[in-house]
Amino acid sequence: MNTVTKNFKTADLNTDFEVRAQHSICVNRSELDKPLWSNLKFTIAGILFGIILVKSEVISWFRIQEMFRLQSFHMYGIIGSAIVVGIISIFIIKKFKIRSIDGEVIRFDPKKFNKGQIYGGLLFGFGWAMTGACPGPLFAQIGTGATVIIVTLFSAIAGTWVYGYLRDKLPH
Amino acid sequence: MSFIEWIKQPWPWYVAGPLIGLTVPALLILGNKSFGISSSLRHICASCAPMNISFFKYDWKKEIWNLFFAGGILLGGVITAFFLSNPNPVTIDPKLAVELASYGVTNTEGLVPKDLFNWENLLTIRGFILMVVGGFFVGFGTRYAGGCTSGHAIMGISNLQLPSLIATCCFMLGGFFFANLVLPLILKL
Repeated sequence: MNTVTKNFKTADLNTDFEVRAQHSICVNRSELDKPLWSNLKFTIAGILFGIILVKSEVISWFRIQEMFRLQSFHMYGIIGSAIVVGIISIFIIKKFKIRSIDGEVIRFDPKKFNKGQIYGGLLFGFGWAMTGACPGPLFAQIGTGATVIIVTLFSAIAGTWVYGYLRDKLPH
Repeated sequence: MSFIEWIKQPWPWYVAGPLIGLTVPALLILGNKSFGISSSLRHICASCAPMNISFFKYDWKKEIWNLFFAGGILLGGVITAFFLSNPNPVTIDPKLAVELASYGVTNTEGLVPKDLFNWENLLTIRGFILMVVGGFFVGFGTRYAGGCTSGHAIMGISNLQLPSLIATCCFMLGGFFFANLVLPLILKL
């Protein structure tokens, strides 16, 4: 009896993970059931990340316009060097089989290509040029006191919802 | 120059970029989480208005870390604004300054241009397009693409994923096209 329940649980977990990982890079790969407060460490990571975004002016509409007009190297330098550090970090994690602080094996999921990456990517590019912000900077901009960006954030949530609603009808 | 004065200046790319890159291993080691932010918008949909849409029918509580992370980014913005803000106006490329001035955008104080993004402008055509339509494209596009700048461009490429490289090229292509050919028409409105 016990084994059956356990098997069912795993099956549910797997399907739920598949839905969660659908069209998403940023997933929780941990299978531990941790208390809610333990997520506060991600708030601290977010605070540090937010400070970096603001201080480097990544959240600036002007910097994004300069990037798309090839008037400044700043954003290219940031994204480029972030990728280099990211590649080296993941290489080290894989090579030395580094575990998480909870002792879990760190897992990565290969992503499959679909046409959404092209169509969606272009549409996001349009939005990035208009708002001068990707999702992370939207949160940071609101934090710095640009309260009207709350409207932009709600609109982005609405956009995500409409995508979910139309998903089956869109080419992928 | 004191430390606090020094840190208040805008940070150069070679400081900020590697620090952003370190977010990738930090989140992996802190809890087996892949870096990304746009999914937080999806989790908000899943928690508030799943409306029987299969794409939003999952246990969003398993991804709640992402909402804690996004909340932290907002707090990071608050902390910077109160304690670490740059007292000087943002320096922008002179060519961009001239172009923007021709659309009446002259206030370069702060990171979000006050002449474009404010509550009064929300009801003008120009403001509505930039803030509301723009936001919609960000939310719709990132989810359709399966990630944003952090998820695809940084996490995905760092994990050597070809789809992420393709998505990132499309972000840039879309942005180049729009910023140079369409945005000027909107700013003229």
